[in-house]
Amino acid sequence: MMIGAGILKGMAVTGRNFIGSYFEKDRLTTVQYPEERDVLPENSRNFPFLVYDTNDPEAGLRCVACKICEKECPPQCIYIEKSADKKPDYMGKPQFYPATFDIDISVCMSCQICVEVCPFEAIKMDKVYELSRRERFDALLMRRTDLAKSNSYYHSIHPLEAEQVDATLAAAAAKKKPAPTPAPPASG
Amino acid sequence: MSLSTRAQHSAVEAPPGMPSRLDGELLEVSMGPQHPSTHGVFRMNVALEGEVVRRLKPVFGYLHRNHEKIGENTSYLGSMPYTDRLDYICSMSNNWGYALSVEKLAGIEVPERAEYLRVILAELTRLVNHASLLGFLLSDMGAWGTPLMYAFRERENILDLFESLSGSRMMCDYMRFGGCRCDLPPGWMERARKVVDGFPHFLDEFEQLITGNEILIARTQEVGKLSAELAISAGITGPGLRASGVNYDLRKVDGYGFYPRFKFRVPLGEHGDCYDRLMMRVLELRETLGILRQAMDDLPAGPIMNPKVKIRAFKPPVGEAYGRIEAPKGELGFYLISDGSGNPYRYRVRPPSLINLTVLEDMCLGHTVADVMVILGSIDIVMGEVDR
Ligand code: SF4
Ligand code: SF4
Repeated sequence: MMIGAGILKGMAVTGRNFIGSYFEKDRLTTVQYPEERDVLPENSRNFPFLVYDTNDPEAGLRCVACKICEKECPPQCIYIEKSADKKPDYMGKPQFYPATFDIDISVCMSCQICVEVCPFEAIKMDKVYELSRRERFDALLMRRTDLAKSNSYYHSIHPLEAEQVDATLAAAAAKKKPAPTPAPPASG
Repeated sequence: MSLSTRAQHSAVEAPPGMPSRLDGELLEVSMGPQHPSTHGVFRMNVALEGEVVRRLKPVFGYLHRNHEKIGENTSYLGSMPYTDRLDYICSMSNNWGYALSVEKLAGIEVPERAEYLRVILAELTRLVNHASLLGFLLSDMGAWGTPLMYAFRERENILDLFESLSGSRMMCDYMRFGGCRCDLPPGWMERARKVVDGFPHFLDEFEQLITGNEILIARTQEVGKLSAELAISAGITGPGLRASGVNYDLRKVDGYGFYPRFKFRVPLGEHGDCYDRLMMRVLELRETLGILRQAMDDLPAGPIMNPKVKIRAFKPPVGEAYGRIEAPKGELGFYLISDGSGNPYRYRVRPPSLINLTVLEDMCLGHTVADVMVILGSIDIVMGEVDR
């Protein structure tokens, strides 16, 4: 065989791809970020947030400051302080709430373990990106106020998962119905 | 080298701890850690005679991050996301390797569906790894851009699948002790089938690009030969070993997971040179596609998690276990000693990249500097795994 035939064959492949890209749109796989954006899949995750019911990010917070997530978080980036008093949770039962709930998202590795271990469906994964900041420390330390997001927001980013969670919570609430002060499971 | 520079050189005293100056015939070059083709922060101290390598000392540790010590101080579950960061191209197989050893340690059963999913995901990871390796290797040889971009186009399709399943493209953190974290999202299997069905087209195109290419043949055949004896005695595993003609594939030898249920062949090389190692990947890709099709056809319904496994406060009994899998790069093993508490007493990783790297000097001696890059590329290393 002629020397260089193999190279020419390779060139032909490159040429076909190059010319083909003008005619077949599915050959163009690049997304022109930031002008165009891919739609993130439902399961996509990056940093955790705290879910609250109703419209009140203070009173509706599902977290009861049990500190399980703080203990299980592998890089130890969650810091929680338990409140001194109690407030009623979504079932009307008095519960503690986190007086402080910080997540250092410069340390968080988006592993989702906090979500898995939380027994109260209180912490979920967010999908926000473009979080770069000029400062290294405080701007990346998310306080309770930054972390609290409504259940309807949760529904908007993980619709299927949020449905399931609501169903589980409603079932749990129905079981406890005979309790003296039943409050409706509110989804804001 | 002119006489005057030599005179200057001999005036420089070697710093303490360094080998004294070579005899004047050899030139010592430090390649890396920022060299574009060292696949990460890897350094080689190469002693050259003209252009020919006479000595080569790998230097690693630039990416050391205490993986094993951290593993001994976090819970068993907490190490799972860290294993993603070992070989960050193949996080799914790392997850599997670690889950396998913990399951051995605690005697956990895995449901059938989860086992199938694991095979599917590990084989998809193999596609990702081998496709990117082919691209990188060609760009090490000077085929800048094009083959790598073709490979990455395919890789991106698979990473999209990983993202829609596990939530992350590369740091999947998907497998759990006794199963997998979540079930397939709707429509996933159809998309996965499409990717698998489209892959042979990429492979055919890629093979046209490389087979018969005179430059590629000249740069890889008879370069970096590794004899079967040396490969065995150095503990080389994976495609590098099989390219030397040794039939050793843990999927066949150990038959972990459900691999014995699938029909596939283990491709073997003959010469143990870079060309064989390259072709080994192409052939393995074809076999992998076969496994994927079988697993996708047979995927049973059912639970994906063993309900008996506690997620919080997981404590295996006292004992030790070594779990190993055939990762795309070779044998990936996790050795665990449990003292019955919530974190392992000892956690040790056997990374294929590090051990496959130990024969680098033997493979490079007598070849030119330019060949070193090709040989290194054909070993297929990831520094996240070498340094840990
Ligand atoms: S987020 Fe969940 S696990 Fe963490 S403290 Fe609140 S209730 Fe407990
Ligand atoms: S996602 Fe992982 S690293 Fe981040 S806060 Fe939750 S447990 Fe910690």
